[in-house]
Amino acid sequence: MKKITIDPITRLEGHGKITIFLNDDGSVANVYTQIPELRGFEKFCEGRPVEDMPQITQRICGVCPEAHHMAATKALDDMFHIEPTSTAKKIRELLYSAFYVTDHTTHFYILGGPDFVMGPDAPVAQRNILGVIAKVGLDLAGQVLNTRKENHWIIQAVGGRQIHPVFGLPGGVSKRISEEDRKQIEEIAKRDVAFAQLSLKVFGDIVLKNKGYVDMIVSDAFTSQTYYMGLVDDKNKVNFYDGKVRVVDPSGKEFAKYSPREYLDNIAEHVEPWSYTKFPFLKKVGWKGFVDGKDSGVYRATPLSRLNAADGMATPLAQAEYDKMYSTLGGKPVHHTLATHWARLIELLYAAERLLELSQDKEISGPNIRNIPTNKPTEGVGIVEAPRGTLTHHYVADEKGCIKKCNLIVGTTNNQAAIFMSVKKAAQALIQPGKDIPESLLNQIEMAWRPYDPCMSCSTHTLPGQMPLEITVVDSSGCIVKRLSR
Amino acid sequence: MPKLQVALYWAASCGGCEIATLAIGDKILKLAEAADIVFWPVAIDTKYADVENMADKSIDACLFNGAIRNSENEHMAKLLRRKSKIMIAYGSCATEGCIPGLANFYNRKMMVDTAFIDTISSDNQGKIIPQTSVKVPEGELELPVLWETVRTLAQTVDVDFFVPGCPPEERTTWLALEALLSGKLPPKGTFIVHPANAVCNDCPRVKHEKKIKAFHRPYEIIPEPDKCLLEQGLLCFGVATRGGCGAPCPQANMPCTGCYGPVEGVRDQGSHFLTALASIIDANDPDEIEKILDGIVDPAGTCYRYSLADSMINRARIAP
Repeated sequence: MKKITIDPITRLEGHGKITIFLNDDGSVANVYTQIPELRGFEKFCEGRPVEDMPQITQRICGVCPEAHHMAATKALDDMFHIEPTSTAKKIRELLYSAFYVTDHTTHFYILGGPDFVMGPDAPVAQRNILGVIAKVGLDLAGQVLNTRKENHWIIQAVGGRQIHPVFGLPGGVSKRISEEDRKQIEEIAKRDVAFAQLSLKVFGDIVLKNKGYVDMIVSDAFTSQTYYMGLVDDKNKVNFYDGKVRVVDPSGKEFAKYSPREYLDNIAEHVEPWSYTKFPFLKKVGWKGFVDGKDSGVYRATPLSRLNAADGMATPLAQAEYDKMYSTLGGKPVHHTLATHWARLIELLYAAERLLELSQDKEISGPNIRNIPTNKPTEGVGIVEAPRGTLTHHYVADEKGCIKKCNLIVGTTNNQAAIFMSVKKAAQALIQPGKDIPESLLNQIEMAWRPYDPCMSCSTHTLPGQMPLEITVVDSSGCIVKRLSR
Repeated sequence: MPKLQVALYWAASCGGCEIATLAIGDKILKLAEAADIVFWPVAIDTKYADVENMADKSIDACLFNGAIRNSENEHMAKLLRRKSKIMIAYGSCATEGCIPGLANFYNRKMMVDTAFIDTISSDNQGKIIPQTSVKVPEGELELPVLWETVRTLAQTVDVDFFVPGCPPEERTTWLALEALLSGKLPPKGTFIVHPANAVCNDCPRVKHEKKIKAFHRPYEIIPEPDKCLLEQGLLCFGVATRGGCGAPCPQANMPCTGCYGPVEGVRDQGSHFLTALASIIDANDPDEIEKILDGIVDPAGTCYRYSLADSMINRARIAP
């Protein structure tokens, strides 16, 4: 049997690897994605003061520290049985919206977008941010960098630090927003809304007006019928910061809707001996292996999943784009993995609109930012939508108010089984018995996983992005018969 | 003048140091003018094999972030040391172990058992734990070996310079890059950071004589806006932490947690802070002192939050 190792990381970064086994006739026998890294947060959080969790757990991921900081802070609210003040909730959501703007912008323009903007067949040397700049123009590229910079400024001004903010406390936040900063945030938010609208226009012009791309989006190689998960508000609209987790089945019907405290009735994690990551699944459906369909507990938690799981967007411009996507792609739910890029831009617009709303809220610069807990901490669960999936933090305190038990189900981890399946599907579509393994295998596999924006810092520690790929085909005697690299 | 050949690499870290490198913003163009980045897994496609094939010492400088947690981290640290003239430990993980180093309170087995068996959502009746080599029906799969103890970069290879912070603030990163680009490098072993004895020197809060009757946890009180946080009973690490960050945390009304490591010349940040605390406790009665100290609920984890792996304690001794 031949063995192909796609080794973006072990050899290079040390944190992730894909192995494809071939049958003797050259067809795909199986595919394994391995996560070779573990830092053990769930163990070493034990013994730490509960209030330090927002700052400790955000060191899981320097790409999305805001998500861990926020899930941990909400778990603290629950542990202390304390409601944050109305202003504090809004300040938290404001920072979180600015974070979404930076994160989704980075993904579309620098990481995921190049595949589309430049086209999947473009020379590799052009499929990067520099190629995007050449195609969309320096003006837009300048706006991309400026959007990142301005929204990072908001994170620093509101959260205390640009990377690893410090403002989260049970019952509120540590710092209020000055009127001067509020005005500046409002101006940035207006630019964000315009930028998000422009980004959707770019996507429409370059991708949707090109039949080749649309055919690829709806092709079977990039389609999986799974359950979808996302946080929704009380009107079942997408919400990143708060609400209930809603799950729809592959036909789009509501399958479950649960509060943070009920997550254990709904989610369990499967373990394999060949990876340091776990594979979450829907407990009430069960783990049936790496397969899709209604009988398999595999679910996805991505921008597209959130849109599939919700009834719409809570802001008007994003709602119009939501309607447009579903009417273009033939109704809900959309199973085409590549449409995740489109969904991400709709979320970008929602985040910008929500940031603007909050920046104009009369309460936002108010002084009432903290409720002081009076209860001792007990047990709590906090859930937010991280950009890469539903993020759950669950803590139990001891009598000193330190962590006794800690359980974390992290953004990208939700999608590990689905990523595995998407990679396998791409491999099966491209590796045919009796035919040479095409050079484009690398690109196709990359396009299969990139929509998930896999933040391997969370699951594996690699940054999302241009993962250097190397495929080595080894025959059963151990000789290298082919090497592909990018 | 030939361009500097620079490599950037991460080991066991969160990616925040990569983002911090990008946070220098427009200055990244200046960096690109003066240096060729020959190896940076997040951004460019140089292969591991390409690094292997480089002549020894052909990289002018390597900025290495992340702690040494497993066999691959160690392999890459040794390889990049061999290929680089200058090795820089960039950020708290490489410098002192940082948050991943808190795993040294436990051992590998405890960490793995918790992650895969004991955590409440794990569905693992068979008590399966990942193995470094596994036979699957189609062949064999391998995983790197997790070490028992997290180590710093300097505990693994010879290091020339250190850049503190979790992550380094933008000003610190640029200071280090400027030193590199200008060739005006300080003596070997130096921490590259804006000179400030301690975070307190950067902090605008007004300081008086410190006398503590009780420690408070940050959620228990709303601190006065302009007064030293430690004087208000919050465990602010500023006195025992290297300055140069600009003190962003106390300015957001939260205590410094010590991420820039010990102040210059101090070997052990945790014992330094404990000594400082002992000297400001406002009591003479042993029972009262004990009661005040009980207000520090996790002394080891708090005082060695970032520096456990590099401290004199290094790790907990765990009975077999």
